[in-house]
Amino acid sequence: MEVYLDNSATTKVRKEVIDKMLEVLEEEYGNPSSLHRKGYQAEKLLKEARENVTCLIGGRPEGIIFTSGGTESNNLALIGVAESLKKKGNHIISSTIEHPSILNVLKFLEENGFEVTYLEVDKKGRVHPEDVKSAINDKTILISIMAVNNEIGTIEPIGEIGTIAREKGILFHVDAVQAAGKVEVDVKKQKLDMVSLSAHKIHGPKGVGALYLSEEVRIRPIIFGGGQEKNIRSGTENMPGIVGFGVASRLAKESLEEVSQKLMGLKKRLWEGISSEIKDVHLNGPEVEEGAPHILNVSFRGVRGEVLLHALEEEGIYVSTGSACSSKKRGGSHVLKAIGLKGDLLEGAIRFSLGIFNTEEDIDYTVDILKKKVDFLRRFKRR
Amino acid sequence: MDRIYLDNAATTPVDKRVLEAMLPYYSDVFGNPSSLYSYGQEAKKAIEEAREKVAKALGADSDEIYFTSGGSESDNWALKGVAYALKDKGNHIITTEIEHHAVLNTCRYLEKEGFKVTYLPVDEYGLVKPEDLKKAITDKTILVSIMFANNEIGTIEPIEELVKIAHEKNVYFHTDAVQAVGNVPIDVKKLDVDLLSLSAHKIYGPKGVGALYIKKGVKIHSLIQGGTQERNRRAGTENVPGIVGLGEAMELITKNLDSHINKLTFLRDKLINGILEKIPYARLNGHPTKRLPGNVNVSFEFIDGESLILNLDMAGICASSGSACTSGSLEPSHVLLAIGHSKELARGSLRLTIGKDNTEEDIDKVLEVLPQIIKRLRSISQIV
Ligand SMILES: Cc1ncc(COP(=O)(O)O)c(C=O)c1O
Ligand SMILES: Cc1ncc(COP(=O)(O)O)c(C=O)c1O
Repeated sequence: MEVYLDNSATTKVRKEVIDKMLEVLEEEYGNPSSLHRKGYQAEKLLKEARENVTCLIGGRPEGIIFTSGGTESNNLALIGVAESLKKKGNHIISSTIEHPSILNVLKFLEENGFEVTYLEVDKKGRVHPEDVKSAINDKTILISIMAVNNEIGTIEPIGEIGTIAREKGILFHVDAVQAAGKVEVDVKKQKLDMVSLSAHKIHGPKGVGALYLSEEVRIRPIIFGGGQEKNIRSGTENMPGIVGFGVASRLAKESLEEVSQKLMGLKKRLWEGISSEIKDVHLNGPEVEEGAPHILNVSFRGVRGEVLLHALEEEGIYVSTGSACSSKKRGGSHVLKAIGLKGDLLEGAIRFSLGIFNTEEDIDYTVDILKKKVDFLRRFKRR
Repeated sequence: MDRIYLDNAATTPVDKRVLEAMLPYYSDVFGNPSSLYSYGQEAKKAIEEAREKVAKALGADSDEIYFTSGGSESDNWALKGVAYALKDKGNHIITTEIEHHAVLNTCRYLEKEGFKVTYLPVDEYGLVKPEDLKKAITDKTILVSIMFANNEIGTIEPIEELVKIAHEKNVYFHTDAVQAVGNVPIDVKKLDVDLLSLSAHKIYGPKGVGALYIKKGVKIHSLIQGGTQERNRRAGTENVPGIVGLGEAMELITKNLDSHINKLTFLRDKLINGILEKIPYARLNGHPTKRLPGNVNVSFEFIDGESLILNLDMAGICASSGSACTSGSLEPSHVLLAIGHSKELARGSLRLTIGKDNTEEDIDKVLEVLPQIIKRLRSISQIV
């Protein structure tokens, strides 16, 4: 049996998405900038995709700037705004538990004269809106907080932070790569100025994403050239990827409630199974029902995460120890450290992330195997 | 009606074999290459195999190939990355007037950031004169960026000679080879370039993926930061199917490069000669022989290029008036102005770019239709 429980790292592309992409790859190979019919047809597909992606987060289709993925979107949002507003101020507010594509860019900006406040989070991984408020000073030009944390699934109060930012007239960027299609993201209601998205986390293809920009945002590009994407992101458009992203977005939006209910059901079943069958386990991050429906992070005391990962792999179960990007880094996850984990809890963490193709059977099988493997590894260790 | 696609410099159809190589990586081997378990490792392996294929096609080592989202990103990375890495050494960059906008607009940006840029002129054929480069280099020069082959007029630059001049003064050399790869034999070791950009969708691969060759030891900063992908130099979850497609496309195109070049050159010359024979007041843009095997670029007096494209389109022929990026704008092509055209003549230009799937019948059809359209347009032309 194969059970893929690493949907936060990446997801399998949906059949409907592949079908539409194939059409583009086989027939509609035009360049949207070309004046002839092939070009015109490509431009039409591009427009349709833009509308499809918009439905995921609301707002205006013209606000969608297609990029090569969540990482580029985050780079563009931070560097682009920092450069365009540097005359106004040099202070940025973010949190300690952001994705490396935020944290490493902030480090780069710090090296270039910007000041960054990294807000601490509580034990559940929550950023407190009051902390955001008190961190704001008259040099603050940007706030960037993720909607859902990719390692522990905390849902951040972006609506409240959005209200604060809007009151103070400060731009608010949200990395919604993990949130889209799982929890509500609504640029109007939550007052978001910029939103990063990535297709491969919602059953679309890898290598394509978007940055949503509200009308107010002025941004300096990081990729210059032919002037595609309203001059904000040059380069011949990744047509199959963008069209696939569009289809994946529409499907994700249409099934949002159904999917989040289903995933939450599976997540609860998984945690109930683990906590009743296995001793000395620790839930990392928010309470099961408070977190995003697809992410469950658990530490198994006395068992190293990486060892358990490979033990599960032997039985066809695929999980991860942290985020995929940082999975090779030593010293443990910055997110788990930020919520106060130490020692064997830090080392023994496993992230289970659920997707639309998972079933109750998958969960029961996983609990069953987990129990055996954890028991075995613990006994093995004691000897 | 079967359309005749003669805009292969704008983009090419994806080769069936490339598509087949890509398909498994959407749904079967969909793992994240950074994941520790076998699922991810299989994707990782596919990326490394693609890297080897690209390296082999260029004569590079595989750890000198970095995957990007396309030619534009590769150009931006090369220029900005070297500029910032060497800014303590100097602030002068040399390029040409006829580069693609991915290079030109990045240079414009760097000028705003305090760098000085020299834009070398070209001769009437679009060739850069090596003496000009020699004269332009100063002790503040940190980078020379000259395209391998021009996307509008197809002129192939004397890269090997230009690289030697740059290296005599210890200056890095970048070449935008987006149009040259797959149309000209390229060996990065022999050319000795330091950086080279390429893009998959110009060689029958997918859009949205490209690569930057970075010679071992070249100092460069990252453009996109985050996770540790691409040996810590280009962050972001890899476009696995796209990368696999690029590898396959590179392997296929270089395997039969000689016969590909011969076929295209034959069709090109037939088309050029036919046009010049049948249509008065027409002239070839670019060099007669030092040009890309699939590139035909002709200016017609008393013609508006845009109406010509639309009329050809109605006749089932996909063509372009300049590069795809600038074809939507009303500005005449910067390349044609650089080779000395007036604005009027520059507006009356037509680019037909031949690809591997075109046939002699396609060329015959164009030679039948084009003279009629030109004649009709001239009879109603408002430009006097
Ligand atoms: C929260 C978050 N932000 C950004 C990214 C980066 O997106 P991509 O993989 O498309 O570059 C990821 C996933 O890797 C993520 O989980
Ligand atoms: C010479 C040249 N450089 C760069 C590019 C940009 O490549 P891409 O379309 O992959 O961004 C192109 C094509 O558009 C080109 O012709």
